[in-house]
Amino acid sequence: MMTTDPEWVLSLENVSKNFGGVKALTGVSFRVKPGEVHCLAGENGCGKSTLIKIITGVYTPSPGAKLNILGKEIEHITPALAREMGISVIWQDLALFPHMSVAENISFDEVLGFWPRLVRTESFKPKVEAILKRLNVEMDLDEPIKNLPIAQRQIVAIARALMGNAKLIFMDEPTSSLTQSETSMLMRIVQKLSEDGVAVVFVSHRLAEVLAISSQVTVLRDGHLVGVFPTEGMTQTKLAELMTNLTLINEVTANPGIDTESILEIENLSHKNEFQNVSLHIKKGEIVGLTGLIGAGRTELAHVLIGMTKPTSGTIRLGGKEANFNSIRDAILEGIAYVSEDRLSLGLIQPQSIADNIATTVLNRILTFMGFVSAKKKESMVNHWIKELAIRIGESSDAVSTLSGGNQQRVVLAKWLATEPRLMILDNPTVGVDVGARAGIFRIVKSLAEQGMGILLISDEVHEVHFNSDRVLVMTNGEIKLEHNPLEHSVEQLEGIVYA
Amino acid sequence: MRQLVQHISDHIGKETFALICFLTFLFVTFSSLTPRFLTVANLSSMAFQLPVLGILTLAMVAPILSGGLNLAIIFTANLSGLTLAWTLLQAGGPDAGIVAFIIGVAAALAVGAAAGLVMGLAVAYTGAHPILVSLAMMIFLRGLGEFLTRGGDISGFPEFVGTIGHGSLFLIPIPMIIFTLVALAWHVMLVSTKHGFSVYMIGSNLNASEYSGIPTKKTLTLIYTFSGVLCGIAGILMVSRFNSVRVGHGEALLLVTVLACFLGGIDPFGGFGKVMPVVIALIILQVLSSGLNLLGANQHLSTAVWGLFLILVMVIRHVVNQLRNYLARRE
Repeated sequence: MMTTDPEWVLSLENVSKNFGGVKALTGVSFRVKPGEVHCLAGENGCGKSTLIKIITGVYTPSPGAKLNILGKEIEHITPALAREMGISVIWQDLALFPHMSVAENISFDEVLGFWPRLVRTESFKPKVEAILKRLNVEMDLDEPIKNLPIAQRQIVAIARALMGNAKLIFMDEPTSSLTQSETSMLMRIVQKLSEDGVAVVFVSHRLAEVLAISSQVTVLRDGHLVGVFPTEGMTQTKLAELMTNLTLINEVTANPGIDTESILEIENLSHKNEFQNVSLHIKKGEIVGLTGLIGAGRTELAHVLIGMTKPTSGTIRLGGKEANFNSIRDAILEGIAYVSEDRLSLGLIQPQSIADNIATTVLNRILTFMGFVSAKKKESMVNHWIKELAIRIGESSDAVSTLSGGNQQRVVLAKWLATEPRLMILDNPTVGVDVGARAGIFRIVKSLAEQGMGILLISDEVHEVHFNSDRVLVMTNGEIKLEHNPLEHSVEQLEGIVYA
Repeated sequence: MRQLVQHISDHIGKETFALICFLTFLFVTFSSLTPRFLTVANLSSMAFQLPVLGILTLAMVAPILSGGLNLAIIFTANLSGLTLAWTLLQAGGPDAGIVAFIIGVAAALAVGAAAGLVMGLAVAYTGAHPILVSLAMMIFLRGLGEFLTRGGDISGFPEFVGTIGHGSLFLIPIPMIIFTLVALAWHVMLVSTKHGFSVYMIGSNLNASEYSGIPTKKTLTLIYTFSGVLCGIAGILMVSRFNSVRVGHGEALLLVTVLACFLGGIDPFGGFGKVMPVVIALIILQVLSSGLNLLGANQHLSTAVWGLFLILVMVIRHVVNQLRNYLARRE
């Protein structure tokens, strides 16, 4: 038992780490109080992951670093020691065993041992139940993990950390694949942990959440500590500026370039139980935002628009002509481009080259007269788009997976712009894209609208749609509930509607 | 000198360059060990033996590139051969004319294509794993073939059929000419057609390819159909080389084709690999086997050497990659 509460559950001072000649961290300090919800913020490559890996003993810091856990000076930390001291990390991929049950996953660390022996999962169940009860969640202990949605898996990962008596839990991008309502459930659980005296450190890109849940935020930039700030009174814009050292402008401007001619007209479109009687019009040069809680039917609507699924009723007209797509190929030929929210597994073919990824959509445009793929035409087409969108790359033959999130998204835009679309559907286009790079993506989107393209911007992030659309439609339970005009109403009003 | 090496290796790829170096090494070694290696007789005997395994291996390339496998290649080839043999027998066996042969060849290719088409449709439209689909097709074709032939040999073909398997044109064995043409066609298909491009993309990520508008179902169907056609060519070649057909003939070659693909740098998980390195890998396997044979080694020993050699290649590849990463990190 602890006799006196130490002031810090974790305290680091003067932590530096070099990889070869690259300075990943320089003289960083980081402190967390017991029961505190703390956020570690910074762009990709700022040193967040390196810091966590040092705390958990994966990397050894350069000499001179001081590490103190629960009031004890630690000379040399190893992963086993970190776990024993109550520090636990929930990585983004969760590291669970998909075919094992909930109970087996939660009690996994208890099962491990040096010698082989028989294991009875039943014997761990009471303890597992107690932990789930403490978190206020109910779950079927015998269900294999692979059958659970991501949000539930995350709870399993948290429960597993608590099974090992965690005093401090790091969560790496915990909400990047959660829906809005799942996120709020996670937030409630984090609140509960905090009340129980377990400190939680969030590593997250999503600024709105960071500010909503945590009380302190530590900002890193280029391996240096920018500072530790209370979240009270902090705005998203200010936090983004601290992370990027850029001055970001967030203001709504009127778009004078909206044409009278409609590109997309949807009337009373329905698809099974997913959405009903959706009507929406997009004019040339117009950016229409579509937001709402996940599960509201937005992505399903996009899937119908691109021909992946057939609507059960209603009409879609593209440029005045009725559209009836049987496949995504039909939609592409008619000038629709779809930037998927899942860039890793649907948007790009990650292991293949940048050039080939851009060429996937436009093979028919780079053929020789004999019908072969022309290497020369391909190269000039690819180079054109790389230059046009200012994609920062080494060679166009490098794998797409070597690029940063922001540059990958530019490759996605390039491969769709190459099809010369009339309508572009962007589904959560800034997932996993650094704050600084997001502005660049939206600058491109705005210039496309100026050239007369119609744009449907689907996003979870209310700020994103408010500041980048000409009109915002709010979708709830499969229906479009209302229209929001960013010029007349504030972003707070929109938030109020969406989260009501 | 170093610049020249660098230039060649940049142009043809490091993998191919390494394989060519190794092939040269083997040639020099065997030539110095036995005077019978570098003779017209030995070289032409190798050129006669290589094509059947070579074409069967090419039939395996595209399925593996697309992230699958075609386990039915040998029995597809057998059934195609059987079709040709049956046509020739119907037309009078040893007295069958050239027209019967041409019809038989067309029918053999059609049977190969049909077997491939069925597999392709199943893979494309049901989403079943290619290993299961082609395994089922393999068992079906074997059973069908054994039922039709009652497990026996079929022989008695006109003389000119043997000429295709044993004859030469301008000193080049005819099977080698056929193999070269097929390899060239396959190289062009994979490198510079829409179909080939789609094969690589599907091999890396089927869903993302679909979302990019690549005709994934059509491509998968074609991959297995073309593979079946190559099996047909291999089957015809087998008829003309062995002057007989037996279901199960060449069964041992199935796994060798898979290994030749991996040795030639085809990614076992799909998406990456080229025809030329696979051809060089095939030549290496042939040289190893012929060379050891000339040195008086047992046929079975040379099979063992193939296996050992492939393990060695995997280890060398791993070490080279580690070394490259290490050097990159130090820079």
